[in-house]
Amino acid sequence: MSLRTTPFHARTGPLSEGQAWRRWAGYVVASAYELSHDREYHAIRNSAALFDVSPLYKYMVTGKDAARLLDHVVTRHVAKAKVGQVLYTPWCDNDGKQIDDGTISVLNEQTFRMTSADPTLRWLHLNSSGLDVGIEDVSERTAAVSLQGPSSRAILQIAAERDLSALKYFRLTSATIRGIPVTISRTGYTGDLGYEVWVDAGQAVPLWDAIVETGAAYGITPAGMLALDVARIEAGLLLIEVDYFSSRHALIEAQKSSPLELGLGWTVATDKERYNGQAALDAERRRGPSWQFTGLTVDWDSLERLYADVGLPPRLPSQAWRMSVPIYDRGGQRQVGYATSGGWSPLLKRYMALAHLESASAAPGTEVRMEVTVEHRRKQATARVTPLPFFNPERKRA
Amino acid sequence: MKGGGERYDAIVIGGGHNGLITAAYLARAGKSVLVLERRPRVGGAAVTEEIFPGFKFTMFSYVVSLLRPEIIRDLDLPRHGLHILPLESTVTPMENGDYLAAWGDHDETRRELYRHSPRDAEAYDEYGRLMHFMAQAVKPILSMVPPDPTSFSPGDLAGLLKLGKHFRGLGGERLHALVKLMTMSSADFLDEWFETDVLKATKSASGIIGTFLGPRSPGTAYVLLHHYMGELDGVFRAWGFAKGGTGAVSESIASAARAFGAEIRCDAGVAKVLVRNGRASGVVLENGDELEASIVVSSLDPRRTFLQLLDSKELPDEFVSDIRRFKFRGSSGKVNIALDSLPSFTCMPGIGRQHRGAFSISPSLDYVERAYDDAKYGEFSRRPYMDIVFPSMIDPGMAPPGKHVMSIFVQYAPYKLNGGWTDAKREAFGDAVVNTVESFAPGFKAKILHRQVITPLDIERITGLSEGNIFAGELALHQLFFLRPAPGWAKFATPVRNFYQCGSGTHPGGGIMGASGRLAALRILKDGR
Repeated sequence: MSLRTTPFHARTGPLSEGQAWRRWAGYVVASAYELSHDREYHAIRNSAALFDVSPLYKYMVTGKDAARLLDHVVTRHVAKAKVGQVLYTPWCDNDGKQIDDGTISVLNEQTFRMTSADPTLRWLHLNSSGLDVGIEDVSERTAAVSLQGPSSRAILQIAAERDLSALKYFRLTSATIRGIPVTISRTGYTGDLGYEVWVDAGQAVPLWDAIVETGAAYGITPAGMLALDVARIEAGLLLIEVDYFSSRHALIEAQKSSPLELGLGWTVATDKERYNGQAALDAERRRGPSWQFTGLTVDWDSLERLYADVGLPPRLPSQAWRMSVPIYDRGGQRQVGYATSGGWSPLLKRYMALAHLESASAAPGTEVRMEVTVEHRRKQATARVTPLPFFNPERKRA
Repeated sequence: MKGGGERYDAIVIGGGHNGLITAAYLARAGKSVLVLERRPRVGGAAVTEEIFPGFKFTMFSYVVSLLRPEIIRDLDLPRHGLHILPLESTVTPMENGDYLAAWGDHDETRRELYRHSPRDAEAYDEYGRLMHFMAQAVKPILSMVPPDPTSFSPGDLAGLLKLGKHFRGLGGERLHALVKLMTMSSADFLDEWFETDVLKATKSASGIIGTFLGPRSPGTAYVLLHHYMGELDGVFRAWGFAKGGTGAVSESIASAARAFGAEIRCDAGVAKVLVRNGRASGVVLENGDELEASIVVSSLDPRRTFLQLLDSKELPDEFVSDIRRFKFRGSSGKVNIALDSLPSFTCMPGIGRQHRGAFSISPSLDYVERAYDDAKYGEFSRRPYMDIVFPSMIDPGMAPPGKHVMSIFVQYAPYKLNGGWTDAKREAFGDAVVNTVESFAPGFKAKILHRQVITPLDIERITGLSEGNIFAGELALHQLFFLRPAPGWAKFATPVRNFYQCGSGTHPGGGIMGASGRLAALRILKDGR
């Protein structure tokens, strides 16, 4: 097989009922284990869903200047973070255009684990000249599962035989599960209560077994990327190569975005030394970004009418979609942006989309029109700008 | 008057899901609203109660099939905790040890049907398509205030015209199918499509729920359709289970209503509606307190709304006779069970995905019709039709980790039992249910930790639903649309000014649909109240 399987494949492989796999960073991971992803989606919001997230790129950055290197690369303020903290952060080129986004875990003062969607080793090396720092690609050596949902804490507490209620949102702790050393971080890509468990790849299978066996009484459900796609849209979390293009892959300027245009202004530090893109971002912040990344809720009645006109009940996407869809102003004439992801939320009973809108059209509540194809014809459904996230349960941080 | 001068724009009597929905919509429109609930908790027949420590029972209604998505959106119910989970399979154990299964996956279901009858496997798709069209044809009616065909008011005429155009637009073939659905028995209707008896039995079972009719009684075909409507919007499953049980549905609506400013008072039973000069002006509580309101809305069933809350002298004689004739005839019971572990069914041994869906105890048409025969002559079914789900398999929070709850909807258990219901009769009914399950799942009885048996009399006693009818009045054709609950009074108004009705006993009624509550609120707001 020319694509790699993850360290959990001995367990995830036999679970696949429909042989539906998706590529991710050169690996295959399950799109859905069951024939439909419905139950896997609902597990995220109802009990606990278990995802194999091993294909993430992972780097260990160590040494006296580790924090300095990371602070030079990313937009968050790494040196200020406490040991045990996890930072979600984008990083930019010198023009302040986003290259990638990921997390930085502060394992101790001189040891950081960075995750990314694209390979980042070279970029880290390029930025490390003159610094006393070690950079190691541990992508293949480290496996990870993500346990997401309201029951995730109860399951992990039993598996790790310790109280996790003190572990706050975006904090991590080391632990053992059936004697296997792991790192547990309270992170995820679903906007729900959830954890990611990081383990040496050689111990991946016994870790999977321990979590699945413990979780059985709590309705644990292995889940694939289709379910995750819906949850991450509900959570308003963006996805590289779908919702934005890495500035390093963009072919023209217009394909690039800045963190300020992507709704990530909160991750751009204003209180640290020079870092990649700082000047450009400072200037952009002063003049205000031209684009905003925001939620859209498609008006049901409007969609229903478009379909009723051709004698059909509304058709809704059965999976989250990833494509560029034009957004027009409320008059339907002038294009004011484009949606990049969308789908039906089975929980919220809403048709939602993530969109890039010109700042003037991006205020919450603004009425716009989204292109929909109804029986082969282009139509426009009314939609309303909705602040992200669409769904933000208290338990996420509680 | 309590507190000297408490006065509301609207008082809603009864905190069931429809009452709460009406209250939430009125509060959303800026009205000051008070909901009065007789029981210590809201929900009416949609309640989840911890009857046995650690085990949560969906006491009465247990699935959510038809809750209108516009209500979920309008009231932002997911923010208030509502999460409807799919319940996607149905397994019917047969008496010869085989089974019939319908799974969430279409190909899988067709292959399963093919095993029983290749012909039926093909017919199934066509049948589904027809029912889809039929449901689409009837759907506008659900969200419409029924026009009165005997009235010449412009609103009624416009409504009738719209309806007429709608039906003419269906075309001959579909109109004929609709007429058949309106007149035939579900058994006869299904005979035209299928040859597999167990398939017809299982399908027809959904046509008898909540009625005092058997699968061979004319008129039951329509109820088949009523249960198909939840499938309409593609992604809306026909059958869903609310996380936390149906009580969580009520709680989420109550929470939304409060967020809009409504006040909800429990342990506050209403004795009478105050009527002055033909206008409702408030209510008297069972404790004697009087509360004033510009309008009063009753979510109770038609019998209690008009014959108990009001003096008959406030109502036209003819109307009183109509309400007296409105049929309830509760025919179903409920057995809720706390289980040490899940039972294994002979037809599909082991524990698996089948436990995440429903088990339908409807092995043959004769079986279901015989169950009805017992009831016709005043007995509970010795071997009843049952719809079984394991709520803890869908929401693990319903039972302690590793343990389970089982919800058994049972038909028939006539309200008017020969000799009347007694504690002994209730237990005998519970035994009949448990023994029947045991016959399909040997070893089941040994796993029971606790059982709660609910007869129609219990339903009436606890929830107030007259004769224990789960739909607040039978879903029979002569009691639907502009006839629900009485000719001329199907538009949520009543003969008493400022007094409205919003329960399942009004159009369209039935199930946790909420359409009655919503339509009533919209009507009230349109009246400018």
